[in-house]
Amino acid sequence: MKLQGADILIKCLEEQGVDTIFGYPGGAVLDIYDALYRNGKIKHVLTAHEQGAAHAADGYARTTGKVGVCFATSGPGATNLVTGIATAYSDSVPLVAVTGNVGAGFLGRDSFQEVDIVGITIPITKHNFIVKDVSELADVIRAAFKIAMSGRKGPVLVDILKNVQTDYCEYEPVVPEPCEPLPVAEERLKTIAETLNASKKPVIMAGGGVIAADAAPLLKEFAEKLDCPVSYTLMGKGAIPDDDPLCLGMIGMHGTVASAKALIAADTVIALGARFSDRVALDRDRFTNGKTLIHIDIDNAEIDKNVKSDIHLMADVGETLKTLIPMLETKERKDWRVKVEAFKKENAAKKDVSTRAYAIISAASALAPEGSTLVTDVGQHQMWAAQHYKSVLPRRFCSSGGLGTMGYGLGAAIGAAFGTGKLSVLITGDGCFGMNMNELMTAASENVPIVILLMNNGVLGMVRQWQKIFYSRRFSQTTLSRRIDYVKYAESVGAKGILLGMEDDVQTTLSGAFAQAEAEHIPVLVDCRISPDENVLPMIKPGETYDMQIEKMEEN
Amino acid sequence: MPEFKKYTIGALVTNKSGVLTRISGLFTRRGFNIESISAGQSEDPNLTRLTIVLIGDEYSLYQMIKQMDKLEDVKKVGCANELDCVYRDMMLVKVKALPEVRTQIIEINEIYKAKTVDLSPDTMILEITGDPDKLDAFLNVIKPYGILEMHRTGVTALARGSHTLRDRDCYGDHVNKVV
Repeated sequence: MKLQGADILIKCLEEQGVDTIFGYPGGAVLDIYDALYRNGKIKHVLTAHEQGAAHAADGYARTTGKVGVCFATSGPGATNLVTGIATAYSDSVPLVAVTGNVGAGFLGRDSFQEVDIVGITIPITKHNFIVKDVSELADVIRAAFKIAMSGRKGPVLVDILKNVQTDYCEYEPVVPEPCEPLPVAEERLKTIAETLNASKKPVIMAGGGVIAADAAPLLKEFAEKLDCPVSYTLMGKGAIPDDDPLCLGMIGMHGTVASAKALIAADTVIALGARFSDRVALDRDRFTNGKTLIHIDIDNAEIDKNVKSDIHLMADVGETLKTLIPMLETKERKDWRVKVEAFKKENAAKKDVSTRAYAIISAASALAPEGSTLVTDVGQHQMWAAQHYKSVLPRRFCSSGGLGTMGYGLGAAIGAAFGTGKLSVLITGDGCFGMNMNELMTAASENVPIVILLMNNGVLGMVRQWQKIFYSRRFSQTTLSRRIDYVKYAESVGAKGILLGMEDDVQTTLSGAFAQAEAEHIPVLVDCRISPDENVLPMIKPGETYDMQIEKMEEN
Repeated sequence: MPEFKKYTIGALVTNKSGVLTRISGLFTRRGFNIESISAGQSEDPNLTRLTIVLIGDEYSLYQMIKQMDKLEDVKKVGCANELDCVYRDMMLVKVKALPEVRTQIIEINEIYKAKTVDLSPDTMILEITGDPDKLDAFLNVIKPYGILEMHRTGVTALARGSHTLRDRDCYGDHVNKVV
């Protein structure tokens, strides 16, 4: 049948099973929005700003494992997506961003709201397309979804000229083929199995690849068969339950004492779907320090990019573990486990549980209903959430790990709630919240259940912490002298606002907030007052090694 | 210190507008030091053949090949260094050539198998093809006469014998080797 381009786009999205789109209309996507209106089957979430739409599509994708879709118009609409696309690119999140552009006759003439969004997004997409001919449209959309989901996942942008949206073309529905996983090189697995069987003190480092491959159950089986402790990177949070006897907690700049000690003591490290960013590798030349490093990643370019491995395999983590586990000997590593237990005890003893941040986040972790998603922004609260929030399941953690996008959280929390149909717990700071707090309007009008724990310390805490350590406490522009009343702000957009003063009871306030968000299906913002001098500890300075963990900081 | 060498990388990429932007943008953003890129027709009208000369160490070579391999438009990529290859560079040079030095220049041309492709009362355009070292040597000899302008196309390379770039393993393929 002959259809207009805009209708072909919507049909192709239906082919791919898209049920939710986050976006914002405008001149160059009028026809697409008209097609969406006439279609009536796909839910569209109208955000306050295109950046919010991109982050929402990201939160939807991380929680569902499906491709997140966002729409924006040409020019500023398209450029507003950029931070969201770059965030998804850094964290390997599959997105398809659809933008409109001016018609062919206006292209390249600096027309109203014209921008070269394909040129702008080349470095932050897996691939992107500009569609200038309606006959290419259906195949481009199908290719975009395939690219987003295959191999190492990531964002794809499709820019559609206005005339393509109205031109007619023959459309035939196509059933998408499932993405076939890469075959695993069995010879290499043999070497890996032999190395692991022979190791006395192995450590597993689980990265975001474990989540992306939905391999958490396999990871558990793998760790138990090897009798091997597991550290996770920020992106790997949820890959193993924090209360699992083999779990060491997070690894990296603000990772646990147990993870650092176990890494130093280990003879073999197996990294699964991790890329050794500078926040994990720190001193990349001395990360391994004589131990054997086995690196498994789906992206060949990550192998030996930051840290040199001894054995490597380019493969999907899930497929690898499926084949590898039967090749392993069931081991009991008693001596190693005794040591690891001691590290964990030391960790527990050194953990500062007297802070307000700890009290709030651990209470939220206990109160959060089953299946809810933990979403964070970026900074101190993000690290506190990663350290203290214990009840995270796979695909129930959204955080901007690679790009570190302040303002990511609220949009992502909305997307996660749509993806899961469950409540989102957003832990944010007053700095981050200020960046995209407009999306509270979206959450309120869409009746999205979110408990927002606004860690309000009146400062840009993480930058301030660095100013304490590296800049002799010269607090340049990190004090937020804002007069905003967050409770009133929440109420004004139709959400609920609650103040949690420094002396107020955390348990009572938070349980009320959770109950209300769930019962009324609304966002509930809790303005949690905390001291500007709570620090994120432990900490390893950039470029230093794991034996240089700072466990305490002198205040004043 | 890592050893810096010249590496010649061959690639087959889709013959579409914007592909070179994607590739050259990748080089800039990852900080690869490129001496030359030459792009032109390949045996397949849908594909463009690139020959890239990278100055770097083994780390940058592997990274460059692996990062290029991730681009949708790059269909094949491999390093030619360890293969026996034919390397060719072409150059046009416009040189000052008043009548009294013309014969000298023509003599040099003969030795280097260069051709005179244009002659005006006071200039000549010389054309020379060969491996890059030969062109460098020729340029050294011609320089004193006064070069008005010149253009080198950059190196192109093909492996001798039945090896082809499509046949990845035979082309010193670091991408597969690493797996």
